[in-house]
Amino acid sequence: MLKIRVIPCLDVKDGRVVKGVKFLDLRDAGDPVEWAIAYDAAGADELCFLDITASHEDRGILLDVVQRTAEACFMPLTVGGGVRTVDDIRALLLAGADKVSINTAAVKNRDFVKEAAEKFGDQCIVVAIDAKAVGPGRWEIFTHGGRNATGIEAIAFAREVVSLGAGELLVTSMDKDGTRSGYDLALMRAIADAVSVPVIASGGVGTLDDLVAGVREGHASAVLAASIFHFGQHSVGEAKRHMAAAGLPMRLDT
Amino acid sequence: MSAAPTIAIIDYGSGNLHSAHKAFERAAREAGSDARVSVTSDPDAVRRAERIVLPGVGAFADCRRGLNAVPGMVEALEETVRGRGRPFLGICVGMQLLATRGLEYETTPGLDWIGGDVAAITPADTALKIPHMGWNTLDVRRAHPLLAGIPTGADGWHAYFVHSYALTPADADDLVAVTDYGGPVTAAVASDNIAGTQFHPEKSQKLGLALIKNFIGWRP
Repeated sequence: MLKIRVIPCLDVKDGRVVKGVKFLDLRDAGDPVEWAIAYDAAGADELCFLDITASHEDRGILLDVVQRTAEACFMPLTVGGGVRTVDDIRALLLAGADKVSINTAAVKNRDFVKEAAEKFGDQCIVVAIDAKAVGPGRWEIFTHGGRNATGIEAIAFAREVVSLGAGELLVTSMDKDGTRSGYDLALMRAIADAVSVPVIASGGVGTLDDLVAGVREGHASAVLAASIFHFGQHSVGEAKRHMAAAGLPMRLDT
Repeated sequence: MSAAPTIAIIDYGSGNLHSAHKAFERAAREAGSDARVSVTSDPDAVRRAERIVLPGVGAFADCRRGLNAVPGMVEALEETVRGRGRPFLGICVGMQLLATRGLEYETTPGLDWIGGDVAAITPADTALKIPHMGWNTLDVRRAHPLLAGIPTGADGWHAYFVHSYALTPADADDLVAVTDYGGPVTAAVASDNIAGTQFHPEKSQKLGLALIKNFIGWRP
């Protein structure tokens, strides 16, 4: 049986982890590769790097991080942030990323999703959808960390990018992100039920029960979280055991 | 000049071979093998290799075109793998290419080393998502040296899958393992010195490293 995936996400700026605090026994808590190795050992099912480096010129640093991670961890790695062109995707895949997440570029130009999927295969194109509630049962796409409204309805957008070849959707509620009050379950469910591809729930996890709810009520195939893992509140192993105890199919043989 | 045997991972423009390269190197090291792992698009390097690995991601037809586009590669594979019986491992679409035909988007001829078609997965439960993406267990249909020592079944180890199409071998003897995704889906095939996995051993942590080590020691 296919298992539910737990995906820790690291924000990386200029090749360094931001937001993380020193709780694991890492020699260098700012080194994403050390985090990747620790999460790998803890049983993470995939890993996600979100690059928040401001300057596109400093891309080489991220590529180096991806390459060193791929050398050390034999697990799937998704990299997002600042992916604008087919060349950006190619560079990340060649460095060792398995999947690349596209956000603003997909909103600005839907054909980019199609071009990317045709070139590299659906399986490695993740579209990251940042959405905010604008009314009951209605969400809109926002870009630039939730600051810029686009007027695009989220569920229609999700359907469209899947029809263009997105192999997976990473759905983040901008209302919930950083609140630790749980995923926007109605948003997750609305999108997961509308598309044929897997949905990764993101934004708002505060407790391990939130992860369970993301799957059971949000119908997500995978759950992504950052702070509950980075701040040492819970380990990935604890999260997976908790989800298994709640009756979800989890991979516990790590 | 080193006379160490080589494991050739074929580079034909289908995706990233970095992690496959590193995983094979690590498995060789852990297995105490002195084999050298090379990523190559040189047919002569394939002819010289002791073992051959054909990876592949993306669509069947694209991969087939990519393989055909490397001058002399298909001939080198036919000669070395089929003619001289060198151990061969296909991974993901590299495994699917062993089939008679691929039916993704268009009908494309495969290498036809393992009879059968590659067709869309159609889970009985329509709520199941496509692609089949993530970690799943293996059910053995025929014991095989590549799976030696790897716990299988519902409580066994997990392999990492990402695919929407699967190879169904025409001859049931070629089916080594399946995984359950709304019904049995081919996970591993083998015939003589030729084997393939739908999952990605290079992404499957301990199961993957164990399988790669088994491949490195395989004497079909």
